[in-house]
Amino acid sequence: MADISIRDVRKSYGKDEVIHGVNLDIQTGEFVVILGPSGCGKSTLLRMIAGLEDITSGEITIAEKVVNHLEPRERGCAMVFQNYALYPHMTVADNIGYALKVAGMPTAERIEKVKQVASSVGLTEFLDRRPGVLSGGQRQRVAMARAIIREPEVFLFDEPLSNLDAKLRVQMRHEIRRIHNRVKATSVFVTHDQHEGMTLADRMVIMNKGTIDQVGTPEEVYNAPATTYVAGFIGSPAMNFLPGRVLASHAAVVLEEGSSLPIPSQAAQTMDGKLVQIGARPEALSLCRPGSGTLTATFEFYEELGSEGLHHLKIEDVQFSVLSENKMRLDEGTQIGVTIPQEALHIFDADTGRRIEISDPIHAIETA
Amino acid sequence: MIERTPWLNLVTHAILFTGLFILVVPIYLVIVAASQTLPDVMAIPAKLLPGDQLLVNIRAAWEEAAFGTKFTNTMILPTGVVVGKIVIAALTAFGIVFFNHRLRMPIFWMVFITLMLPLEVRIVPTYAVAANALSPFQTILDVTGFSWLINAVSGIEVALEWNLLNSYTGLIMPLVATATGTFLYRQFFLTIPDELVEAAKMDGAGPLRFLWDILIPLSRTNMAALATIMFVVGWNQYLWPLLIITDPSYGVAAVELSRLVPNMNTTGGDIPNWHWAMAGTLIVMLPPVAVVIFMQRWFVRGLINTDK
Repeated sequence: MADISIRDVRKSYGKDEVIHGVNLDIQTGEFVVILGPSGCGKSTLLRMIAGLEDITSGEITIAEKVVNHLEPRERGCAMVFQNYALYPHMTVADNIGYALKVAGMPTAERIEKVKQVASSVGLTEFLDRRPGVLSGGQRQRVAMARAIIREPEVFLFDEPLSNLDAKLRVQMRHEIRRIHNRVKATSVFVTHDQHEGMTLADRMVIMNKGTIDQVGTPEEVYNAPATTYVAGFIGSPAMNFLPGRVLASHAAVVLEEGSSLPIPSQAAQTMDGKLVQIGARPEALSLCRPGSGTLTATFEFYEELGSEGLHHLKIEDVQFSVLSENKMRLDEGTQIGVTIPQEALHIFDADTGRRIEISDPIHAIETA
Repeated sequence: MIERTPWLNLVTHAILFTGLFILVVPIYLVIVAASQTLPDVMAIPAKLLPGDQLLVNIRAAWEEAAFGTKFTNTMILPTGVVVGKIVIAALTAFGIVFFNHRLRMPIFWMVFITLMLPLEVRIVPTYAVAANALSPFQTILDVTGFSWLINAVSGIEVALEWNLLNSYTGLIMPLVATATGTFLYRQFFLTIPDELVEAAKMDGAGPLRFLWDILIPLSRTNMAALATIMFVVGWNQYLWPLLIITDPSYGVAAVELSRLVPNMNTTGGDIPNWHWAMAGTLIVMLPPVAVVIFMQRWFVRGLINTDK
């Protein structure tokens, strides 16, 4: 049993506070991905769980035990580092078995265990080599094996895939998920890559400038982003944003250039006159003839994505994109209509950036 | 900037060959003189071709200067310096680089300052300390009044004494306590990625375990470089042994060599035995040359830090 509980944890370097009071509960056996851009404090948070970084204030417990002042080795965590951090002078076998050697396990038993773990990640034939002659993927496996062999209650991953090429990254991602399904240890995985986050996570934690913006399953985070920040960060191509004002008399959000997007009248009543940001994912929109859609835009350029095409448009001065199977090429400056279904709208408070819920069930539809 | 013009090539090569000439000729003359008979050495004009007396002269020099025991002593000195230096340097640098404490920079600078105070500069105080290694403590006790207190209470007069003159300890210790090694090790430790330190922490290795299992093996080339330098330095020590060693059984080769060189004492005004002196020089030169040749590969790697 190793649930992790983070209570109002703060971290300061001198006067600069980089983590501003984070609360998070991670269940036993759960795979949690902490996602955010570089500098958002996600690695710092992970390192505080690992014990590599002091906790300025707050409390972290692992398996109901406060670990604030425990040494890393006493916390029962294993960590996989971004640059693998393999010991360059040791063979693969020694690298994998080092933790057991330190722990004082008898040699014969250790060698047996190393072989067993190495074969589970496909490293058997490399046991006598040094890390220096291995490829990136193999080094990554050694780093994984080194963590697995300790049978830790908690796995910590610090952007472990970011040094691999795209194909290998996907492969290792699947590998990590397979290992997790087998060993069922609580896992915390830090990354800035939303695809890694979406595919690996049971739950995602989206961090922004030292605070948590949203915690939820990948579906929740995609379908109902809690802030404009999360909405813009999750999803590729990125969500479109249009500024507007709610007018109860129209039962709509009226955009700056005049077109209006209808919203349920009850919602419009409660926030009459409010300045909002309208969010709409490119994949939820479609193109139509000028004048016939929700609004009219000016065509800028087209990006070929293989299965689909991304049309870049402009409404007044706001950039806007539509993902569509319709691959028609238009001339720059052409007027074109865009249809925005009401259920595709995300409404955010323009001041706070927080999501305003208008009618919940509708959003489940766009999952596809 | 690389320039290739015939003229520049010519000039650079001329400089190179001049340098080579200046370096090689004296060594050649040593070999020549060491292989001739005494009359040949003294002949005018000088004979510039080697003779056939090399082995004879070497044997004579060996016996004359009693190099047997001197060589043992001379091996003990650099070996002690090398071992002591590596241990101290590795530990000090370890403390300075991997521990975050308030004294780390002051300690580093204190060590660093000793670079500016080589043994030759502080030779008189060092001699005073070597004559009684406990005298600094005695001074502290006297100044603070503890000596008086102890004397008054128990009637025992405090007189600490530990004489290091005419001992291997005295020979070795002052040479160990210098900053070069610490500096080299610090530079090496700074190149160790933080993640490696953290990985070791996660694996459960404490600081000493980390030092022994990770840092020491990784610093092998560094160690070889330091050992090479310190061996040569230790071997060539002249002033310090000359000063503190009066008992011939502790004499070292470099000092003994000077006794082979002809002067009033060795020849009593006779014809100086230059051929033996040169043969002795050859003998004394060989061990450091052998060490450098043998260690060359690791030495260079250790200094340029590529083996990681």
